[in-house]
Amino acid sequence: MTDTPLMEVKDLVKTFEDGGVETRVLKGVNLTLRPGELCALVGPSGSGKSTLLTILGTLARATSGSYTMLGEDLMTAKDAALTEFRNAHIGFVFQFHNLLPDFTALENVMFPAALRDGRETGAARDRARELLVRVGLEERVDYRATQLSGGQKQRVAIARALMNRPELVLADEPTGSLDKESAQQVLELIAEISAAEQTSYLISTHDDKVAAVCPRQIRVSNGLIVED
Amino acid sequence: MPFVLKVAFRYLTANKGQTSLLITGVAVGVFVFVFMSSLIGGLAVFLVTRTVGDISHVTIEAPSREAEAIPVGGDRELLLVTQPSSTTRELLRTADAFLPVIEASPDVKAVSPQVVGNGFVVRGQVRAAVSVTGVDPDKVSAIADLGKRLVKGSTALSSSTILIGKALADDLGVTVGQVVRLQSDRGIDRPFLVGGLFEIGLEALDSRAAFVNLSAARTLFGVEQGLSRIEVKLNDLYQADAVAKRLAAETGLKATPWTASNAQLLDGLRAQASSGNLIKSFALITIVIGVASALSLSTYRRRPEIGIMRAMGATRRFVTMVFIVQGALIGVFGGLIGTALGFAALSPFPLPEVAGPGAFPVDVRLGAYDLAFVLTAVAATLASILPSLSAARVAPASVLTQ
Repeated sequence: MTDTPLMEVKDLVKTFEDGGVETRVLKGVNLTLRPGELCALVGPSGSGKSTLLTILGTLARATSGSYTMLGEDLMTAKDAALTEFRNAHIGFVFQFHNLLPDFTALENVMFPAALRDGRETGAARDRARELLVRVGLEERVDYRATQLSGGQKQRVAIARALMNRPELVLADEPTGSLDKESAQQVLELIAEISAAEQTSYLISTHDDKVAAVCPRQIRVSNGLIVED
Repeated sequence: MPFVLKVAFRYLTANKGQTSLLITGVAVGVFVFVFMSSLIGGLAVFLVTRTVGDISHVTIEAPSREAEAIPVGGDRELLLVTQPSSTTRELLRTADAFLPVIEASPDVKAVSPQVVGNGFVVRGQVRAAVSVTGVDPDKVSAIADLGKRLVKGSTALSSSTILIGKALADDLGVTVGQVVRLQSDRGIDRPFLVGGLFEIGLEALDSRAAFVNLSAARTLFGVEQGLSRIEVKLNDLYQADAVAKRLAAETGLKATPWTASNAQLLDGLRAQASSGNLIKSFALITIVIGVASALSLSTYRRRPEIGIMRAMGATRRFVTMVFIVQGALIGVFGGLIGTALGFAALSPFPLPEVAGPGAFPVDVRLGAYDLAFVLTAVAATLASILPSLSAARVAPASVLTQ
């Protein structure tokens, strides 16, 4: 782990307007993440965790503040540049897996690479197969997403998040929809891969057991980081 | 395979029932297009063949003399006005020089030099006015195919035989082998043996036409030299206007295309073609609406997946292309199936030129298959643009709220 920050946000503010009523969800968040860090973002529902994750993942823009990652100013970047950046440097693991139902496990994992390359290359196929072996799904490579269990789907989602060797993986309640045993397996997998690939993880959760796996815990409350 | 094509194809094959229905709908639209093209084209061929098939496509005659201005000096001019003679005919006196030129034209299928006039066919007390055409014995069937339409006797024309329509023969009460008298409007009267009876289906020919040998016609109408007219049949009767213009320029004679005397038929055919085009346009509009609504539904249903793709780094352009390619594939497959079905369904029907009475006048050659295919593919692609733009607007952040 180096001291050079992977990403840094300063005074991040996000407001939503609905029917003339303005709601400030993030009220000036400051956060720095270093390469290879495994962090938990904890806090109750409605505290602003998911909104922060959305902005850090470049899926939405902040209202004000600054956000840099790998030296890129992501606040002012255009939509196409953000899309390209997201594809190359950020992986996502969602609460409900969000696999593409009409594609196999292998195709789902390869998807980010195929988007980048414009086609499914042999190298991407090898990398996807290797990741699926690593998450223990070598027997399910050609299964459609709809044919997999919840735990298996989440493992495919982890493999997909790692496909393009991103520097940062953002996970939103990754064990939220899983049973106890599957949740434990997924957490162990994330911890193992984080250590092996030097990828930073920011895991949003309100489950203390999940947070306990992470060496660094960031607590969010009422749109602000209250403990780090 | 480009990845965008793979994703588009996968989405189409993921719901085989819905995609099959959609492609079937497009194919039916294309089938209607092909069928209408074939029917309208076939009807035109049928009508033109029946109406124009047995008449001259270009008729060459002597130019009518125009009034000429005769200068009389000063500012005044005196016009000499010529009135057509009722006793003398305009003749092509130098026709022999032009015949080889006309026959050598690549557009010309057959040429029939003729001497024509009016007269009466008399049998006992019965007289019938006829238009008499003197033709070369070896060119009897050059314009109207009398050989094919002969119901009795033969088309061989000696100097003393005559061919008349069956309707005329019935009126006169004569048949093949019997003698009639032919009185020309020049007062010359001679007997002829009925050599054959024809039935073309045109009242003007079947009841009021008689064909005799060219030399016999010369005697009847007192034409020792020259011709009354030259009738020309073309390989492509729709070229008549252009060929007539060219022959007139080459020979200095008056060349009249069949279209000049059949304006009503042409108007009818144009109106028919317009109606057909309207129906074909509706078929295309149906295809566009069908594809657009199906893809709009698909876009709405796949919003979560579009959000996932966007989150993984799919550009707006990629998402747009996924749905446009789907529209294009539906158009291509629907177009191919529709044109193939159209061809298969139309093939058993006989061509209008050879179809018998009461036959369905469709022409398998005029299905406009390439046009139907190209228009369908383009229409389906265009129909997919709006749904695809709507898909590209799905925000990647929406994935976190699913």
